[in-house]
Amino acid sequence: MTDGYHIVVCGSVVPDPLQTLEPIETPTGPALKNEMMLPAVLDPWAAHALYEAANLASKVTGSKVWLVSVGPKAKLQQVMMTIAQRVSFELVPVDSSASGFADAHSTAALLAETIQSIAGLDRSRLLVFGGWESASRGAGATMQLVGERLEILDQFQGVDQLSVQADGSFEVLERIEAGRHQVSVCQGPPALFGWATGNLPEPRNNPQVGMANMRTVMPALQRAKSEPLPAGGLHFLSATPPKQQRQTRVVKDLSPEQIAQEIAEWIGK
Amino acid sequence: MASTATPIKPELLRTLPSDAARQIQWRFADRYDLQMLVQSARSVARGPVARLVANGGRNSHEWTPAKAELLKAFDESGITAVFMDPEQGGFIAGPKNLALALVAFELAWVDGGAATASLAGCLALAPIHERGTPEQHTKYMGLAAPPQAGEDRKPWRGSFCLTEPIPYVGVDTGMLNGKIRIAEWKEGEEPTLQVEKRGRFITNIGFANFVTAAVDSGDERIKGSCMVILEEGDPGTFDRGTPTRKLVHQLSSTGDPIFSLCIPASRIVGGYDVKDGVILPRYNHSEVIEAVFRRTRVTVGVMTAAKLLSAVEPVIRYQRGRFRGAETATPGSVRYELGLQAREDALHRLVDVWATGEAGAALGFAAARAFDELDPLEREADKLLAAQGVTSARARAKLQREASERAADLVRLPAGLPANDAKRAQLESDPLLRFVLLDSLADVLCPATKLWNTGWGAQMMREAVSLMGGYGITEDCPGFLGNKWMDAQLEATYEGPEAVQRRQLSITMTNPLFRAQFQAWIREMRGIASERPGTGACALATAMGMWLWTLERLQHSTDADGGRLYQSARQGVTFPLADALCWLLAARCQILDAIELEQRGPSDPAVAEGLAGLANFMTDLCHVQSARASGEVARICAELVFGYNRHPAWDEAGYRGCYQQDELDSLEGIIPGIGSYGLDVIGNDGSHPKKAGPCAKCHGAEQFLSLQTKLSTCLTGCRLSKDRAAEAISKLMIPEALDYPA
Ligand SMILES: Cc1cc2nc3c(=O)[nH]c(=O)nc-3n(C[C@H](O)[C@H](O)[C@H](O)COP(=O)(O)OP(=O)(O)OC[C@H]3O[C@@H](n4cnc5c(N)ncnc54)[C@H](O)[C@@H]3O)c2cc1C
Repeated sequence: MTDGYHIVVCGSVVPDPLQTLEPIETPTGPALKNEMMLPAVLDPWAAHALYEAANLASKVTGSKVWLVSVGPKAKLQQVMMTIAQRVSFELVPVDSSASGFADAHSTAALLAETIQSIAGLDRSRLLVFGGWESASRGAGATMQLVGERLEILDQFQGVDQLSVQADGSFEVLERIEAGRHQVSVCQGPPALFGWATGNLPEPRNNPQVGMANMRTVMPALQRAKSEPLPAGGLHFLSATPPKQQRQTRVVKDLSPEQIAQEIAEWIGK
Repeated sequence: MASTATPIKPELLRTLPSDAARQIQWRFADRYDLQMLVQSARSVARGPVARLVANGGRNSHEWTPAKAELLKAFDESGITAVFMDPEQGGFIAGPKNLALALVAFELAWVDGGAATASLAGCLALAPIHERGTPEQHTKYMGLAAPPQAGEDRKPWRGSFCLTEPIPYVGVDTGMLNGKIRIAEWKEGEEPTLQVEKRGRFITNIGFANFVTAAVDSGDERIKGSCMVILEEGDPGTFDRGTPTRKLVHQLSSTGDPIFSLCIPASRIVGGYDVKDGVILPRYNHSEVIEAVFRRTRVTVGVMTAAKLLSAVEPVIRYQRGRFRGAETATPGSVRYELGLQAREDALHRLVDVWATGEAGAALGFAAARAFDELDPLEREADKLLAAQGVTSARARAKLQREASERAADLVRLPAGLPANDAKRAQLESDPLLRFVLLDSLADVLCPATKLWNTGWGAQMMREAVSLMGGYGITEDCPGFLGNKWMDAQLEATYEGPEAVQRRQLSITMTNPLFRAQFQAWIREMRGIASERPGTGACALATAMGMWLWTLERLQHSTDADGGRLYQSARQGVTFPLADALCWLLAARCQILDAIELEQRGPSDPAVAEGLAGLANFMTDLCHVQSARASGEVARICAELVFGYNRHPAWDEAGYRGCYQQDELDSLEGIIPGIGSYGLDVIGNDGSHPKKAGPCAKCHGAEQFLSLQTKLSTCLTGCRLSKDRAAEAISKLMIPEALDYPA
């Protein structure tokens, strides 16, 4: 692979997981209470995909990363202040809903259409990345639908590892049950990968990268088309928060072993 | 036809203010560089800094490897590079006062010591930044810049060393004991200097590679004082001393170093000239530190404001959850749902804490922005003066004085004048005028921020702690509120304690140019009040008028013994008046921020939703704060206006102003009912009413009394605002948990 990959990452914003997420009824269907006012983050699954994309791009010269985001523009802009400092990418924003109650078909159609409209995108080098599900919905359907619309046949979901072989083919590790992975080999682009968590840590903030990204991010946000998402065929009978009591604790200072131990004890109670 | 009016319930605050709202309030909505910086600083503060505090990192005085890790985190996240220009390895072009204030805000949100550790590096570089030679600038900025990608280099860290062991430099920065002497001066070569300096309470000293130190001449071949740059490897002693046993800010390194070093004369900050065999430093140490502190003190004030605002969320969570889990507090019951927030006082006190935090942040960020505007203007004015051949300090002062007079004219021009008015246009386009105008403001805003935010902030931080009950003063308190309270006292002390700020204000607030602007602000507040009565701007305008009246009165009057009242030795007069001014400035800035939010919020969809509730809440906080500020001003001014008159006594002079009982009886025939007035009457047997003396008169202060009456009635509605704000706090949605460990 001499020219590098064209990696398009699909990812948008979700409310910060520490917030109280309370479903409410609105005239246009269910929504989260005060959603526009709550702090947002880049959907964690999509974020893993983005970091993996940047990592792959940094290893294969000539590669380029786009982040295609369908979401409320003002929220995207706020989230960019963090994400743009992590890795280099070009943002392709579409001002629309990123609600967890949006129809995955409508979102996928808009994503596919947007990807197709990226100037200079070379299908023979195209890798579409995304999260295998979303923190706001967990339907696990959107990326597959995007792949179908782009007529990409090689699709992988729950991906934790993607290694480029000497012959240019990919070895892909997909999650299966019991903490094990299914290993596949795929010839190369075009291909679609719905990422699980991958193996990479969150890249650290780099303000220089942020400043460089922002030169294209801000104009892109200003130009972003506003596209209302059609309701699609989906309608909700009711939306309620999970029944179990939420027990949130912030434990940023424990080792994985300690966390596992604590969870095991809690389950055993 | 009769109709029933349905009272419209004002919209309430729904969530804590978002980043997008803060960006508008503090005017960096169009600065993505600063928005990114906030996120970087926040990730360090709520990540490694919070973890270190939670792990007991504050429990030692030593500079530990864990504390040192924070410096790396500052470097990696871009916090260290904020002070540098892009060509020196930084990423923010132009002035950096607001940027530094935002970093301080984010770090202090979690831990003041971490903020100090970061800012002290900038403080060390500041003398070089403000007054250093181009060579010094390039060298030390370059050394202190964090390594770029691929570079293998440790950045240099610095300390700023002014304070000396007792009995020398403290508040009084003129009492320098540190000395420089000429060690060697070969014909035609650079002289070598011997530096003897001891420091006390010097931040960053545990790891500093260079020190900017204030010293005085100990040699007749050197004139006056200066600042010098000391390096770790210089020949001689570079002793870091023992760590200070601080009760606060333990994540910063502090100690009492001893330096006895030999340095080249090129290390004099700003360089020197040689005249008749004498070294003349271009800047004495006072000139350098004045240029430094007038900027760095603003960030300190912002720190304390951040802590107050950081207390809001943990206090709300504590209050609401206080009784949950008890048998009697079943879900749905008032006890369960509202907890302590069912009690009015708990809510009202939190309103006060929040309002103080808003006012402090508003003032601090306004000051930081003023310096961002001032920095380029100052350079432009310098160039302009140089082009006119003005070099001597005296000629410069004269020109500035003239410019000030012309600028005061500009400020006094009637507000209704057309924008293209020739006089106004001329005045507004003159950079020197714009400079003196802004300079006179900065001279007030900086000490006011440092003084009020930290001093009053410390008091209100105590209030925040008390809202947490016993939990507040334990290490387990979420949000580290107990630490933040104690830390606030240091913020009030270092970089010049409150006395220093009051002393400076007592001079700068009498500058006619500042006064002219202050007068314009009174009109501005009345204008705002007519459109937004709920802000309390009217009460504030009245209090501002009262303050100005009092200042002018005190400047021209004497005490009961004929002693002049407004003079530098009379700190009992000047200092309280300085305090009073700070209350007004903070409340004014808060109102302006609230208006900015209301006006610009609708164009940002991330703010527009829920804006009505947020704007109402911010307006109510303004009202609460304006009322409090007005009350403080009224109290202080009344004491000063009347307190220096001697109270009449039951003596001969006192009796002269009283009625005799006989006299009153006979007057009763002419003026029926006169005896029922509350007059001082001396009995026929010489007895007098049981009180301190005949009631004091208010000669010449009638206007003050009418202002006082007006001010009292101006407070109408302020408690309704407080009730509304309290209700909003009891209903707003907060996150499930704090976003940093505690
Ligand atoms: C943790 C910490 C870190 C510090 N970091 C640094 C640093 O990095 N570099 C540095 O140079 N210094 C540093 N300092 C020193 C700090 O700036 C001084 O402590 C401060 O300026 C006060 O000096 P002092 O302690 O000698 O107080 P003093 O001068 O003794 O003053 C004590 C009090 O006396 C009263 N007072 C004194 N003079 C007057 C006056 N003229 N009018 C009215 N009242 C007056 C005031 O109430 C004042 O608060 C630090 C201090 C601490 C505690």
